[in-house]
Amino acid sequence: MSLAPHDKNMVDAHTGVSTTGHEWDGIRELNTPLPRWWLWMLYATIVWAFGYMIVYPAVPLVASYTTGVFGWSSRAAVTQELAALGAQRAPMVTALASATLPDIEKNPTLLAFARAQGKAAFGDNCAGCHGAGGGGAKGYPNLVDDEWIWGGTLDDISQTLTYGIRSTDPKARVGNMPAFGTDGLLKPAEISQVADYVRSLSGLPLDGKPDLKAGARIFEENCAACHGAEGKGMQELGAPNLTDQIWLYGSDKPTIVEGLNKGRGAVMPHWGERLDAGTIKALAVYVHTLGGGR
Amino acid sequence: MQTTLATDGGTRGSGPAPAVKSMRLGELSLIVVAALMACLWLLITAKAYTPEYGFHAAILAIASIASVFAVVNRYMSRPAEPVPQVIDGKPNYNMDPVKFCTIAAVFWGIAGFTVGLVIALQLAFPALNFDLPWTSFGRMRPLHTSAVIFAFGGNVLIGTSFYVVQRTCRARLAGDLSPWFVVLGYNLFIVIAGTGYLLGITQSKEYAEPEWYADLLLTIVWVTYFLVFLGTIMKREEPHIYVANWFYLGFIVTIAVLHLGNNLTIPVSLYSAKSYIVWSGVQDAMIQWWYGHNAVGFFLTAGFLGIMYYFIPKRAGRPVYSYRLSIIHFWALIFMYIWAGPHHLHYTALPDWAQTLGMAFSIMLWMPSWGGMINGLMTLSGAWDKLRTDPVLRMLVVSVAFYGMSTFEGPLMSVKAVNSLSHYTDWTIGHVHSGALGWVGYVSFGAIYCLVPWLWNKSSLYSLRLVNWHFWISTLGIVFYISSMWVAGILQGLMWRAYTSLGFLEHSFIETVEAMHVFYVVRAFGGGLFLAGALIMAWNIYKTIASPEAETSPRITPALVPAE
Repeated sequence: MSLAPHDKNMVDAHTGVSTTGHEWDGIRELNTPLPRWWLWMLYATIVWAFGYMIVYPAVPLVASYTTGVFGWSSRAAVTQELAALGAQRAPMVTALASATLPDIEKNPTLLAFARAQGKAAFGDNCAGCHGAGGGGAKGYPNLVDDEWIWGGTLDDISQTLTYGIRSTDPKARVGNMPAFGTDGLLKPAEISQVADYVRSLSGLPLDGKPDLKAGARIFEENCAACHGAEGKGMQELGAPNLTDQIWLYGSDKPTIVEGLNKGRGAVMPHWGERLDAGTIKALAVYVHTLGGGR
Repeated sequence: MQTTLATDGGTRGSGPAPAVKSMRLGELSLIVVAALMACLWLLITAKAYTPEYGFHAAILAIASIASVFAVVNRYMSRPAEPVPQVIDGKPNYNMDPVKFCTIAAVFWGIAGFTVGLVIALQLAFPALNFDLPWTSFGRMRPLHTSAVIFAFGGNVLIGTSFYVVQRTCRARLAGDLSPWFVVLGYNLFIVIAGTGYLLGITQSKEYAEPEWYADLLLTIVWVTYFLVFLGTIMKREEPHIYVANWFYLGFIVTIAVLHLGNNLTIPVSLYSAKSYIVWSGVQDAMIQWWYGHNAVGFFLTAGFLGIMYYFIPKRAGRPVYSYRLSIIHFWALIFMYIWAGPHHLHYTALPDWAQTLGMAFSIMLWMPSWGGMINGLMTLSGAWDKLRTDPVLRMLVVSVAFYGMSTFEGPLMSVKAVNSLSHYTDWTIGHVHSGALGWVGYVSFGAIYCLVPWLWNKSSLYSLRLVNWHFWISTLGIVFYISSMWVAGILQGLMWRAYTSLGFLEHSFIETVEAMHVFYVVRAFGGGLFLAGALIMAWNIYKTIASPEAETSPRITPALVPAE
């Protein structure tokens, strides 16, 4: 221990502890022993850690590892927990599987279970587009009202859920609103006229004095095939009712013109591929009982 | 090995032999290397696959060309003789790079805190993403973390380490151009990294996002940093190496190893910013968190403990509490920390045995971490009264208290049962910020408040009252921040695991997100207060440096008496 010229053994006046004798830029160090509680805590954590390593899988060997006193593994623990959950749900899941959709709604216990399962599944799979309460958003239908684009019976809902709309499933519901503008089927003036006519169907106010007769003629020639002569819609083709106050994209003229120009064709995924039959059933019941099921 | 390029005419004084000015090997080789780099990066600018990479190549080409001019210019204006190591028997310290780092730290700190506030507000009000790729949360978040950790923290670490190593070794910084290469090269790396995130260049590794070319630049800078630091220690005039320097050296060496291990990538092409890591799957995850955890352990802990070990005894005017504790906790900390990474991968594909080891070492790490806290706090014994009058010392001491709190919370959260609740929740964010704002932030602010008057030869700071305001505003901010995140995190964890009596999840994910809104608003408010404090600091520092007074600061000496 060589000392620099300024290094001196000093005693700290406040604590009475001597320093190590060295000094760096005016800083000295006291020779205080390790705090006992600190040292014992350090030993305690080391003992605890080694104990933990004996109890749980810890030490890698050549081609395996020590499995610990109880042979605990996180994989087995998850399997066990899932099995316990399965056992808890089992009686009701079995009952749900053998019941038809209308039967489920007639049985209060089954209905409560299906709605509970449906709510959980809805929150994590459907709420992203349709909203946590099923209220929908622009382009994503409201599921709480009693207006249905593709039908609101239990079977309709179940089919929509399983195969989707305009999805990649071969049994998907199909039916497109054509792009009348971009495909050159109608001229811009005609699109404007028919848009005014469509707004008039639900009694919306019109700007200026549009030629509703011309609009009606264009509607009859181009739109009535799907939306019906009176614009009441056609669920088989997914053509919405244009005479009510419910609008999927919006009722203002520019939005209607945009739909006429570019067409519409939103996609709903086919959940049959991702969710099991029981969950689809529960979802169908849940959506059906949200408020507007037919 | 010297190449004579020019002489200064030998007109200097009546000395024995007129000094002949010659270009040193270091200067010459730096000019050559920088010129070659300029050519390379100009080529890459022209041939880059993407405009983003081309932009980076252009920055690097400009930086290389600027280096050539800077070195030549410096050579033309410098005297022929080498810079004296000692003037009038006192070491001729090289403090200009320290000054640069101090200013850079304040600048990057404010930038990083501001981005942090923006992304905190984005979480509360997603519309603030503005639907632009450059301002989306995914790009701004690494900008925030890198700006505060590497830009702010890194400049504080490099600056203080260059200061402390010189003062405690009584030796001028090793190298002449090298310290400047370290300081400027490091900040160039920061610019490349930060602009890269906004442009979408990332290798998607948390805290190691910069791509291969930025990593290579950092590697060269970091090795130079190591050599400068080690070289200064080797020519020290003190028989022993001060404890702060052990921590700095531990930090520099380990960060080099971590950086290399976690960035072993193979670029797609010289003309592409994209690269692929050699590790795959769970090994990649393990290496990533070995890196990630030790970035906390060695960058944000060991390095900043080096700061604590110099600035607290210096400011308090008291000797370090226990030399023995400093030895034991240093080696225990260095040894234990490096194994604790797997606790970031509890309940994942990582083998159970690795998870167990990660947790066991995290628990054993508790006391080694607290050793630093004890040494920091107990150094105040005999000087506690100074906390009433010196807000800078108060900041330093509170930083140690936050250090103690978050190094207790860390081992706690590494316990698997606790982790199953806390993992992936905002509790982790709260934990990180009690360490980042409380410990790293405060010890850095304290060090900067000490350094500025020392470096710019002022008797004191412009205003201690403003330091006091900074202290209280940002302390309030930290309390808002971490308490909101604790509540948010635990609520989030409980909501995720809640089951109904029928055996279904009680809450959908989106409901747990909605429940966070109010806490995110409170957190952003806390972050805003912290930023406000930092702005007060920047003003105070500007006024201190700009003040016309040019006195030398009275250095405090410890209250010691000679041994009987």
